Amino acid sequence: MRHSTLFFLSLACQAGLLALLLTHASFSESLQKTNLARKAELVENLRLTDLCLFTEARYTRHLSQADLNTAFQDHPLSLEHFPSGSFTQPTLEQFLP
Amino acid sequence: MTPWIEKQRYIIDFTISSLLRRKVKNIGLLALYTLIVFILASTMFFTYSIKKEAKLILQGSPEIVVQKIVAGRHDLFPVDYIEPIKAIRGVADVESRLWGYYYDSLVQANYTVLVPSRPVDKSQSNARTTVVVDPNDPHAADVDKPLYDYDGAAPEAGTIVIGNGVARMREIGVGDFMPFMAFDGQIMNLKVIGTLSAESELVSSDLILVNGADFRKLFGIAEQFVTDVIVTVKNPSEVGMVAGKIKKKLQSARPIIREEILRTYDSIFNWRGGMMIVVFSAAVLAFVIFAWDKASGLSAGERREIGILKAVGWETGDVIQMKFWEGAMVSLSAYFSGVILAYIHVFFTGSAVFEPALKGWSALYPHFSLTPYVNAEQLTTLFFLTVVPYTVATIVPTWRAATIDPDTAMRHTGE
Repeated sequence: MRHSTLFFLSLACQAGLLALLLTHASFSESLQKTNLARKAELVENLRLTDLCLFTEARYTRHLSQADLNTAFQDHPLSLEHFPSGSFTQPTLEQFLP
Repeated sequence: MTPWIEKQRYIIDFTISSLLRRKVKNIGLLALYTLIVFILASTMFFTYSIKKEAKLILQGSPEIVVQKIVAGRHDLFPVDYIEPIKAIRGVADVESRLWGYYYDSLVQANYTVLVPSRPVDKSQSNARTTVVVDPNDPHAADVDKPLYDYDGAAPEAGTIVIGNGVARMREIGVGDFMPFMAFDGQIMNLKVIGTLSAESELVSSDLILVNGADFRKLFGIAEQFVTDVIVTVKNPSEVGMVAGKIKKKLQSARPIIREEILRTYDSIFNWRGGMMIVVFSAAVLAFVIFAWDKASGLSAGERREIGILKAVGWETGDVIQMKFWEGAMVSLSAYFSGVILAYIHVFFTGSAVFEPALKGWSALYPHFSLTPYVNAEQLTTLFFLTVVPYTVATIVPTWRAATIDPDTAMRHTGE
């Protein structure tokens, strides 16, 4: 088989696989709707405010409820020693009038 | 088949043979290139999906949460503050919340202990969060049957409902007792009457739902205080204004509106964040090295190859086409492989590569699978960030080499 034929075949296979995965994404999105609605309902029922992503410190567990000055609150030299601190940032804007 | 297509196929055949002559170098290049695309695509898929999921889930979060701040830190919220807030025009309801953190020294994990408020009955879907027991739980009579439908009602005194993460860590289930050390050193044994479903771990993994009286007994909080309050506003467009009025009326209060909660999760995993900038700068640096290697000129062998091709009758356009195909082949293969692997990584393996970084120092980490939100915009951005610069960087030096005399090209090999 010619090299070019092999190349185009492999490219077509990869493109096909990607198309399959995108179809999977599309189907999962509609399948997950009920699940998402249940999670949203749980949030509403329990009056939750945050995702349970980082449980290492109280101010990383509830990011939206944390003090505005989270650094230094554990120790005078504690700038930020939790890895999750590097994924987050403070909400700087204020919507309040 | 048109002659043009046939010509391109011959050029591709030749290009692949040429690439295979430097097999080790080119396979290494392809592997590294795929790795860069994989990291960029994984980051992109993960951040986009988590942000979108957060936005959808947290739509139901409270309109306004009001905390009390003393000396820049949270303080317990006096119940006396509720009436002045209720008196503000536009406020529909004020509800108190009791919640806090409990450190379990046995497993060194932090739990969120929460007293459920009254259930919201406006649900039209009648969907309930199904609470099931752990399949390995020896106390469960029938593991397939949901044992407890959580309807938002607070557990009775002496009982708790635990999140799936807590159940997993402590290896407990329905019917077991969980000991807690109260503020005064007394041990409280609370009976587990249900576990929140594994599907809801993204919001409930570390939750422990308790009765209000048990909560106060555990943390020693007097009846005159609550953790914070949530305010419902009659007109949603007045949320900001009502929050402003609360702040004006109660100087020590800190209102947090839903928009701020949503914005917090919209800005999470922002590219400027510490870890993210490390990932992106590493990828950009690798691309700069690629581009520099290509743009700074061809190797002596490649230059000689171009000279020979021109000497045997290839035109400048043919040589550029050959190099275009070389760049396109490497970058397209790397792009497709990287994107496919990234999709599998994020949506099938639960971002296994990122997990150690995401876990951080947490002892309790939720197991969750993200809903795959992938769109054409993400894939196009990735394509223009990876395939286009590499292909262009391949053509430019070739054009320079291909326009000079074949004799000169062959002589200036440096060999």
